[in-house]
This record gives sequence, structure tokens and C-alpha cells, in this order.
Amino acid sequence: MTQSVAGSVAERTDLPVLKPFRLTAAPRLGLPFTAQHGVLLVGALALAVFVGEAEAGPGVPSIPATLLKWTPLLAQGFALNIAMSMLAMAIGTVLGLAVGLGLISLKWPVRASSWLVTQFFRNAPWLVLLFYCVLLMPFEVRIGGVIVPLPGWLKATAGLALPVMANVAELVRGAVRSIPSGQWEAAEALAFTRGQTLRLVILPQCVKRMMPPWMNLYAIVVVATPLTSIVGVSEAMTLTGDILSSEGRSDLLVPMYLYLLTWFFLYCYPIARATVAVERRFAVR
Amino acid sequence: MTDLQPLWNWFRWLYETHGIKLTIFYDAFDRARFFNGFLTSLWLMALCIVASVIIGIVGAWIQGSRSRFLQALMEGYIQFFRNTPPLVQLYFFYFALGSYLRMTSPSGIEVPIITNFTWAVICLSLYAGAFNVEIFRAGIEAVPKETAEAAEALGYNRLGAYLHVILPLAFRISLPALNNNLVNLVKTTTIAYAIAVPEMLYVANQIWSDELNVTEMMNVLLIIYVALVGAVVYVMGRWERAMLIPGYTP
Repeated sequence: MTQSVAGSVAERTDLPVLKPFRLTAAPRLGLPFTAQHGVLLVGALALAVFVGEAEAGPGVPSIPATLLKWTPLLAQGFALNIAMSMLAMAIGTVLGLAVGLGLISLKWPVRASSWLVTQFFRNAPWLVLLFYCVLLMPFEVRIGGVIVPLPGWLKATAGLALPVMANVAELVRGAVRSIPSGQWEAAEALAFTRGQTLRLVILPQCVKRMMPPWMNLYAIVVVATPLTSIVGVSEAMTLTGDILSSEGRSDLLVPMYLYLLTWFFLYCYPIARATVAVERRFAVR
Repeated sequence: MTDLQPLWNWFRWLYETHGIKLTIFYDAFDRARFFNGFLTSLWLMALCIVASVIIGIVGAWIQGSRSRFLQALMEGYIQFFRNTPPLVQLYFFYFALGSYLRMTSPSGIEVPIITNFTWAVICLSLYAGAFNVEIFRAGIEAVPKETAEAAEALGYNRLGAYLHVILPLAFRISLPALNNNLVNLVKTTTIAYAIAVPEMLYVANQIWSDELNVTEMMNVLLIIYVALVGAVVYVMGRWERAMLIPGYTP
């Protein structure tokens, strides 16, 4: 009897308290691909293939077949994009942490020089920094009698790592500043030194806050990697151009570029969704 | 120009005695083309900033509309432009779409209807606009619901309330994020280089190919861009502080 009364109350109300208790699965962190969002891009690709197909004369291979034929090569190029983005992110993060700690240093020369480095590399265009690194770094360096070659992609990665460094430094500074000052005072009351406070109290809390913008930055680095094609690194973008010129078919232009865009979208979109999920999970409640 | 001659001569002397080859100062031809490149860059930046802000405002309004179709369309646009590389977008627009938009000029030569400069403006505006829509949406969500309801009670329709009440408040709230994105846009205009828009980077490349002064031109470029972006950051920062809503600082 009570069951039915409770049921009827639960039906009439929208107050969560009055709803019957029900165990639900915890919200999932890694967001799956909802078909809804990728549909637009895939639809555009399909349309482009269809239009190209209609335009193509008889006796030439179909567009899906051509795309499929070049997929392994494109995948190779795309792998280089991913590798460059990850390496740039790793180098940039390590350097950025150091510079970011410099930004909050108590010694003013350290603070001033870190500020200068951060502002400079944050405000310079990525492409100009890329040109700078690729054209002005030597093609090989001699360390002790060993000649270490510096291939173009490595120099380009260095060029990408510089702005990453500056952005990570700002992230660190912002995160440290967002920690309530009570934390510092509590640590001081427990007789922690400044280094200990930073290492054991402040920075562990910063990791949470830095995670979403850091992932965002990674997505930005990924979409910045095609810039290296301008300075001659043969990544996916360069290879797309090569493929197009070797095929020499104008009907292939739109599908091919859309295909490349799809690759990037498929890689970046999950990151964007995951960033939102991480943000929601780490949000202060 | 004549009164600047001693300055140009000084740069010539700098080259002759120290080997620092800044042809953009003492060579009239290089000076003219570099200055044109500089102006093209400024023009490109200005057009993209204005267009992307307009896209942001209109897009945020569409996102708040009741039509599911328009909302889905907007969402698709935002996700597409945010998650793909701007350079690939630019190539796609210029080479792929541009190859269809051609017409035959009276002299019988095929010419593109839309020039590379216009494509750069369109593409960069759409790219930055996608971010701006999200920024304005966040700003609109931060405006208290009561404010919108009060506007409705005063007889505003949805557009009127948006333009006269919500947007002015939302704009002030979203100004910090907007500034960040606009600075990013200013820096991204360099990729117009890839489709041969004669902006500063492109012209600098031409000059260092002709004069073989890569190091000098690189440094000039870097200094000019850092100064330019620094100026934008400074002006926007001042504006941002002036527009702060008291008690609304997040």
C-alpha cells in the first residue's frame, strides 16, 4: 500500500528527494563517440565522394578506392603528426613546469626572466617560431666527437615545444594562484619549508586544476602540427598534397582534404569530450 | 620620406660596417614591399577580428534559439572548426572549394572568383568565430536568469532582450576569454602565408630568398609580431579592466 502511495507521489513530483531510490551506474569518464557529432563530417565526406563520383569520367578508379589506396601512406604521415605533438607536449610541459615555478619564485631576477620568456613565447606566432627553429637551428650537432643529426621534424617539434612551454608556465602560475592562501598558511603552521609546501601541498592540488586546460592545449598542439608542412616536414598535410599532385585529378581535391580533416577530427574530438568530462569530474563541488 | 634619409643611411652604414643586412630599411624596393606586407597583415587581422566577433554574437543567438535544427547546425559548425587544424581548413577552402568557384575572364583565362586574401579572411573568421560562439554562450549563461525575465516582463521580445540587455552584460563577462581568443587569431593570421597571401611573413620570406638575410629578417619578424601582439594584449587588457563588472569577477 505504502509502495503505491510512494509511487504515486514520485510520479507527481519532480523533487529528487521524493523519487524512489535507485542505484545507477556511476557516470563514465572516457566519453564514447556519439554518432550524432561525427555524422556531419562523415556526411560531408560522403557527399563529396558522391559529387566527385558523378563528375569522374569512365575508366578511372572510384574515389573510395583511391582514398583507401592512399590510407596507409596517410596513416604514416598522421603518425608523425601524433608523434610530434606528443614529443612537443612532453618537452614543453617539462620546461613549462620549470618556467612556471620561476614565475612564482621569491627571487625577483628569476621571476622577471621567467616572465619575459613566458610573454615572449606566448605572444609570438607559432608559425614564426617554427620558421625560426627550422631555419636557424643547425642540421646536425657535434656532441663530443659524435655527430647527432637533427632532422627537420625534430627541429619543428622544438619550434612547437616553445609556445607549449610558455602556455604551460602560465597554467602553472594560474593554478598555484588559485589555491586558497589558507593552504599556504596551514603548511607554514606545520613548519613546512617553501619547497616542501610547494611539493607536498600546493602542486598536488594544482594537477587537478591544470588537467582540463592542459588537455585543451594538447588538442591545440595537435591541430598546429600541420603547420610543419610549410617548413617541409612530410607529415599528413604534406603527403596529402603529394598524393593530390601524383593523382592529378581535380575531382579528388574535396574528398581528399575532407578525408584529412576527418582524421584530425576523429583524433581531437574525443580529447575535447574527455576534457569536458575531466573538468566535470574535478570540479569543486 | 626625405627627412628619413639619414636613418636609412644609418642602416646602410650598419650593413657596411657590421654586416647586419636590413635591406627593408635602406633599399627602397624592399622597404615598400615589406611595408605593404605589414599593412596587409594589419588589414587581415582587423577584418578577421571584426568578422569573428560578429559570427560569435550571431552564433550565440542562434544557439539559444528554439529550433533544434539550427542548434544542431551550430553545434556541428563549432565542433568541426574547433577540432580540425586551421591550416587544413585553409587548404580545403582555397584549393578544394576554390577549385569549383572559378570563372572565365573575358580574355579566356580561368580566374578564381574569390581571391586568396578573401579566402584567408573567410577561413580565419570562421575558425575564430567557432571559439567566439562558445565564449559568448558561456557569457550569456553567466547572466542571471532574473535579468532576462525582467527584460521579458518589460515587453522585450527575444531579439530585443538579447541585443539590449543580455548581450551587453554577457559581452563584459566574456571579455577576458574573448581577448585570449583574439590574440590567438592575430597570431594565426600568419598561416595565410600558406596560400600566398602577401602578408608580412610571406613578404619576409620573399625578401630573405632575394637578399639571403634569413637571420636578420627572422629577428625583425619576431620582434614585430611580439610588439604587435603585445600592443593588442595591452589595449585589450586595459579595456578588460575598464569593463569589469563590479562583483562579477570570476
